[in-house]
Amino acid sequence: MSSFTIWVVLIATSTLCFAIKLVGYFVPARWLANERLQRINSLIPVVLLSALVVAQALAVKTHIVLDHRVAGVAAAMAALVAKAPFPVVVVSAAVTSALVYRLH
Amino acid sequence: MPRVSRRTLRDALSVAVTVGAYGVAFGAAGVAAGFSVLQTCLFSLVTFTGASQFAAVGVVAAGGAGLSAVVAASLLSTRNALYALQMAPQLEVTGWRRILAAQITIDESTNVALAQAPHGPTAVRHGFWITGSGVFVFWNIFTLLGALGAKSLGNPAAWGLDAAVPAAFLGLLWPRLSDARLRIIAVAAAFFALVMTPILPSGTPIIATVVVAIAAGWRR
Repeated sequence: MSSFTIWVVLIATSTLCFAIKLVGYFVPARWLANERLQRINSLIPVVLLSALVVAQALAVKTHIVLDHRVAGVAAAMAALVAKAPFPVVVVSAAVTSALVYRLH
Repeated sequence: MPRVSRRTLRDALSVAVTVGAYGVAFGAAGVAAGFSVLQTCLFSLVTFTGASQFAAVGVVAAGGAGLSAVVAASLLSTRNALYALQMAPQLEVTGWRRILAAQITIDESTNVALAQAPHGPTAVRHGFWITGSGVFVFWNIFTLLGALGAKSLGNPAAWGLDAAVPAAFLGLLWPRLSDARLRIIAVAAAFFALVMTPILPSGTPIIATVVVAIAAGWRR
C-alpha cells in the first residue's frame, strides 16, 4: 500500500472513529436503545477479532498459507490457556514464530 | 473539584499503565504493516481506540484495500458510541469538554468508571477522566517506542512481528469469550473468514463476518 493510501486510511479511520464516539454524547439515548441493535453490536468485537486472527495467521492475500505464523499463534493460545498476561502472550508468539522462521 | 479517592486512583492508574503498555505491540504492528513511524504515532494520537487501530493495520498488512481497513476499524469502534451513551448522563459534560470526553471514551475508561458506581457519582467521573487520559498518555508513549523498536529491527518476520499481531488479536478476543455461546460464535466467525478468504477480495472476509454477528444477535 502506498504512503498516500495509508494517509487516506489514517485520516478516514480517525474521523469516523471520533464521529462514532461523539454520536453517543449528542443523540437522544432512545435512538441507540434498540435491543436488537445492542445485541448485535455487542457481538461485533467477537466476530471481527476472530476473523482478524484467521486473516493474520493463515492468509496471504487470498490464499491460505500455513507457515511460521501458525506456530506463533499456537504459542499465544497456549499462553492464554495458562492465563499468562497480555505481554507474555504476544512475546511468546513472536519468539516461537521467529524461531520457526529462522530454522527454515 | 473534590479529592480523588485512593481506590479510584489505584484502579485507574493500574489499568492505564498495563493497557498503555500494549501500545508497544501496536507501534510494532504499524511499522511491520508499512506505516511510517509518524503515521503509526498519529494513528494512536488521533484514532485512539486500540482494537480498531490494530484492525486497520491488520487489513493493510493482509494486503486488503484501504476501504476495507477503514470499514473494519469503524465497525470495531461502534461500541464506543454505546459507551458514550452510558457515560453522557453521568459526566454531565457540555461544550468543548464533550470533545475531550468523546476522544477518551473507550473500553477501559468506561469500564473503570462504571466499576466505581458503588462509591458515588464523583468516583465515576474521576474514574473516567483519570483512566481515559492515563491510557491516552501511556498508549501514545508506548506506540512510539514500539514503532521505533520495530523500525530498528528490520525484517518483521525474522523477529516474529508478523505473528505478534494475530497473537494480540487473540489476546484481545480471549477475555470476551466468557460463555459457551460466545465461544461458538467466535469459532463460527473464524471458520467463515477462512472459507471466504479464497473467494472474496483480501480484507473483505473480515468485514463479512458481521453477518455472523447479525445472525447470532437477531434473536435473543
